Amino acid sequence: MLEIRKDYFANERDDNLNVIGKGIQRQDMPGHVTGRSRYFDDHAFEGLLHLKVVRSPHHHARIRSVDVGEAERAPGVKRILRAADVPVNKNTLLSLINFGKDDEPTLAVDKVHYKGEPVVAVIAESEAAAMAARKLVRIDYEVLPAVFDVEEALKPGAPIVNETYPNNYFEYHEKFDHQKLRFGDTEKAFAAADLVIEERYQTSPIEHAPTETNGSIAAPEQDNRFVVHSCAQGLFFSLGTSAKILNIESNRLHFIGGTVGGGFGGKVDSLTEPLAILGAMLTGRPVRYVLDREEEMLYGSPRGAERVYVKDGVMRDGRIIARHVRSYFDAGAYTRLSSYAAIKCTAHLPGPYWIPNVSSDIYVSYTNRCPSTAMRGFGITAADFALEVQMDKLAHAVNMDPMEFRILNAYRDGDMKAHRRVAKNTALIECVQVAAEKARWPISESARRQSSLEGGGQRERGQIPATPIDQRGQIGRPETRSGPVTQTLPAGTMRIPLTKQPELEGSRDARPVAPNVPRYEPARPMTQPVVQAPAPLAPMPSAAPPPQPGVEPPAPPAPGVQPQHGAMRFSSVFGTRRR
Amino acid sequence: MAKVPVQFRLNGSDRAAFIDAADNLLMTLRRGLNEFAPKYGCGQGTCGVCTVLIDGEPQLSCLTLAVACEGRHVETASGMAEGPNLHPLQVAFMDNFAAQCGFCTPGMLMAARALLDRNPKPSREEVIEAIAGNICRCTGYEPIINAILAAAGAGDQKRA
Amino acid sequence: MPLDVRVATSMAEAAGILTADQRTKLLSGGTLMMRDVNEGRLLDGTLLRITDPAYRQMNTSGARIELGAGVTMAMVSNNRDLAFLHAAARSIGGPAIRQMATIGGNLFAQTPYGDFAVALLALDAQVMVQSGYGSARSMPLDEFLGARERGVSGLVAGVQFSKPQNAADFRFRKVSRVKPKGIAVMSIAAHLPNTGGRISQARVAYGAMAPTAVRARGVERALEGKALDAASIQAAKAAALEGTRPATDAIASEWYRREVLPVHLGRLLTGEGR
Ligand SMILES: Cc1cc2nc3c(=O)[nH]c(=O)nc-3n(C[C@H](O)[C@H](O)[C@H](O)COP(=O)(O)OP(=O)(O)OC[C@H]3O[C@@H](n4cnc5c(N)ncnc54)[C@H](O)[C@@H]3O)c2cc1C
Ligand code: FES
Ligand code: FES
Repeated sequence: MLEIRKDYFANERDDNLNVIGKGIQRQDMPGHVTGRSRYFDDHAFEGLLHLKVVRSPHHHARIRSVDVGEAERAPGVKRILRAADVPVNKNTLLSLINFGKDDEPTLAVDKVHYKGEPVVAVIAESEAAAMAARKLVRIDYEVLPAVFDVEEALKPGAPIVNETYPNNYFEYHEKFDHQKLRFGDTEKAFAAADLVIEERYQTSPIEHAPTETNGSIAAPEQDNRFVVHSCAQGLFFSLGTSAKILNIESNRLHFIGGTVGGGFGGKVDSLTEPLAILGAMLTGRPVRYVLDREEEMLYGSPRGAERVYVKDGVMRDGRIIARHVRSYFDAGAYTRLSSYAAIKCTAHLPGPYWIPNVSSDIYVSYTNRCPSTAMRGFGITAADFALEVQMDKLAHAVNMDPMEFRILNAYRDGDMKAHRRVAKNTALIECVQVAAEKARWPISESARRQSSLEGGGQRERGQIPATPIDQRGQIGRPETRSGPVTQTLPAGTMRIPLTKQPELEGSRDARPVAPNVPRYEPARPMTQPVVQAPAPLAPMPSAAPPPQPGVEPPAPPAPGVQPQHGAMRFSSVFGTRRR
Repeated sequence: MAKVPVQFRLNGSDRAAFIDAADNLLMTLRRGLNEFAPKYGCGQGTCGVCTVLIDGEPQLSCLTLAVACEGRHVETASGMAEGPNLHPLQVAFMDNFAAQCGFCTPGMLMAARALLDRNPKPSREEVIEAIAGNICRCTGYEPIINAILAAAGAGDQKRA
Repeated sequence: MPLDVRVATSMAEAAGILTADQRTKLLSGGTLMMRDVNEGRLLDGTLLRITDPAYRQMNTSGARIELGAGVTMAMVSNNRDLAFLHAAARSIGGPAIRQMATIGGNLFAQTPYGDFAVALLALDAQVMVQSGYGSARSMPLDEFLGARERGVSGLVAGVQFSKPQNAADFRFRKVSRVKPKGIAVMSIAAHLPNTGGRISQARVAYGAMAPTAVRARGVERALEGKALDAASIQAAKAAALEGTRPATDAIASEWYRREVLPVHLGRLLTGEGR
């Protein structure tokens, strides 16, 4: 069934490598089939204690009082953990790379922000004893109004979900309430389009449902260290997170892991490690904290839900001339990785299509739901779902075959992407052709003859258009979410100016840049398309649109000039990073 | 509360443990006897990663009282190989890439073995039926089904 | 006080203990109860096991069939006399669940579980209930299911029913989204004894269409005395929803269940595939 079309990217392939391209047995297979692979829970410890947490039954509530007296006296109980026992009881996962503010406690302090938030931990001789004692913890709550809708949460007067971000959105660069992408003039293009189609798409949260639930075992080791058997997908990420929360040197933690019973993104949050280690520190005994299946399904963070609005301007001949995407990530009550997902989403737009005018505003909203996190392609999948359904609708609207419609609009090698990068190895055209062939879906001769290697980057396909920018989305002012154009960047501008560069702690050349000093880069000559189009674009139902009036075509590239993308590199987390 | 003793055969050896009366077999195997091949995936009977054979029949150890296994024979994936020789199912799982994270594998192997012990030449449908109670979240079921069918074929060749 | 486990070596002893002590619960196959133990919903009291061989006894050779409440779905599937019940038994869980799940437990399973009870309901089964040390008394299954909701005490010793004269008169269909193992969107059982080309004493039962398995009395009336033809099947479908009170759960919405019930009933009656 597997068929590899080696004719594509042939010049980038080497079939004479020793390992790549060969089927070889994985080294962990013998362990898997003999039951000897050791997952975090497959380690014997003398005197093992079991930790269970008491979770909030409310979506949003103030904690009036917590009484653990009876639980402490219950049979088999060794120790109760409260918020005050956690040395650094506020963290955000990406703080290890200085991104975002600490916003999430390990154990809730005076409020709970989602149903299932851990409030108290019980450590006992057996799971049954811990579960019995858990029922004896008395917590008095004052229930508060909750918000569950990503757009409702952004309205003035919505309940404040996360006090660290009192406007219910993640703050990018402490300046913007969303991630922006601007390329060309979408507004003008919508006005010029034959048809403008706007649709709303909504996805649901998805639980990764790994067969192994989240968990860890921590135990005191010699030399004042702690050994931690962990299911973490990023073992050292979890080590760093735990060291921060426990306020200890990271070299006092000895993390063992790597054999994970399925993660899919759901095991990057260090859900259990900090409390298991804290338990081991405070009891002097090995402590095991494993989510049961119900906890995993309800409170192991999911792929967040997203609401996506896609607005397209399309011509009767099938060319999409403008696309605006506005979307809302449901972070749940705390940030975890949604802030990062929204950046990935922005970097993915407008999908694998060449569209001359693209803009997007991507928000991360806080709601009183379980915090969401990474999952296979997070930030991308929901957008792709929306975009591809939208593509079908557009094809229908212009009365075109959906496959041909995609071929017409697909990126070709050498096209300028909305992120001011040149597209290469695009191959969507070929994928659609093969898919049509395999599905016996009839497409026209002309569509069959198209190639991603031809016609890309020609004329305005290779240019950065003149781009109006705006100050929409300044922090703290919901009314600025729609605002006037403030200036127009001349065609060829590589980078939308930042007024403040994020400072990278620990990187030698990082220097804060004086705030509010716009830094423009001069328009620079365009790079050569990676693959030169050997022949003019084969006639498709339509030709590419004419260059926009009033925009000077940039100077032709100087021969031999290497691709040059300015002093800053795009980083998926920071947006920009010094080279 | 006082612990209670339980004794059964585990992969051919007599084993004993002192446990809490209502402990399930999975907990007893893992925490009492350091037998880690059967896994915990749900404790609800829905995932099958804890599948063991009890007197040759597939059962879910998370839903079985350990004391109810007194005197019976419990088999797990650790006991499938004969000395250094892997069981044909184990070889077939390796050859067919029928595991990714491997967490479902010990349970899958037990469900598959229960099938082949009773029905050495199963149809594809019978294989699907036999592993219906075992969830795999990574590999996809096709490689697993192919592995079981291949093992049945391999057993055939051996006999021939 | 943690959970204790106790063994009863006779049915009478088990019935006596269960009636005397409300904190003692019978553990039959354990496929439902052990989850409550594992997840901390059942933390104290006593679990009672029965080792009496009578609890797992099957008398299947005669016209009147008796099955002990401890008989498992796997035992039913392996018994040739019970071929008409194989579809119902095999529809429950995967092989390991069937090895453990008992008939007794199935009579207590909350909807959308309880598929085997649906088959028994269409067979007009009698339930043998034993309270205290006395002998078992028998009650019709639908009466038992009604009483169950109010909380019955005592031991279900077994079930009895007459073997269908003609195996083809008994039909069972479970609709589920996941195959081959899946929880019921609904299950339907029908016993349509045929005398001289006419149905007499029709029994049709649904699972997952009400809080317990229920008889489809409207359908039974529509079929009674009729030949199984297009007209009677149409009448049966029209009466399909009578007495149903489906719930919305993770498997299907109440609306969906109502919407598709006549379709699946029609397919069961015409004998066409899914
Ligand atoms: C993964 C999975 C899949 C399942 N799939 C299905 C399915 O497809 N269809 C379906 O119908 N069910 C299904 N079930 C539910 C369950 O397995 C069956 O309903 C089974 O028949 C219950 O029987 P048991 O012996 O295991 O019950 P137990 O757990 O032993 O008992 C259940 C309850 O009944 C009481 N009880 C049991 N026997 C008696 C008795 N003789 N007298 C008095 N009280 C008694 C117990 O005290 C307890 O309260 C599934 C369960 C799981 C875990
Ligand atoms: S752990 Fe036993 S079936 Fe999932
Ligand atoms: S290989 Fe991961 S669950 Fe099957």
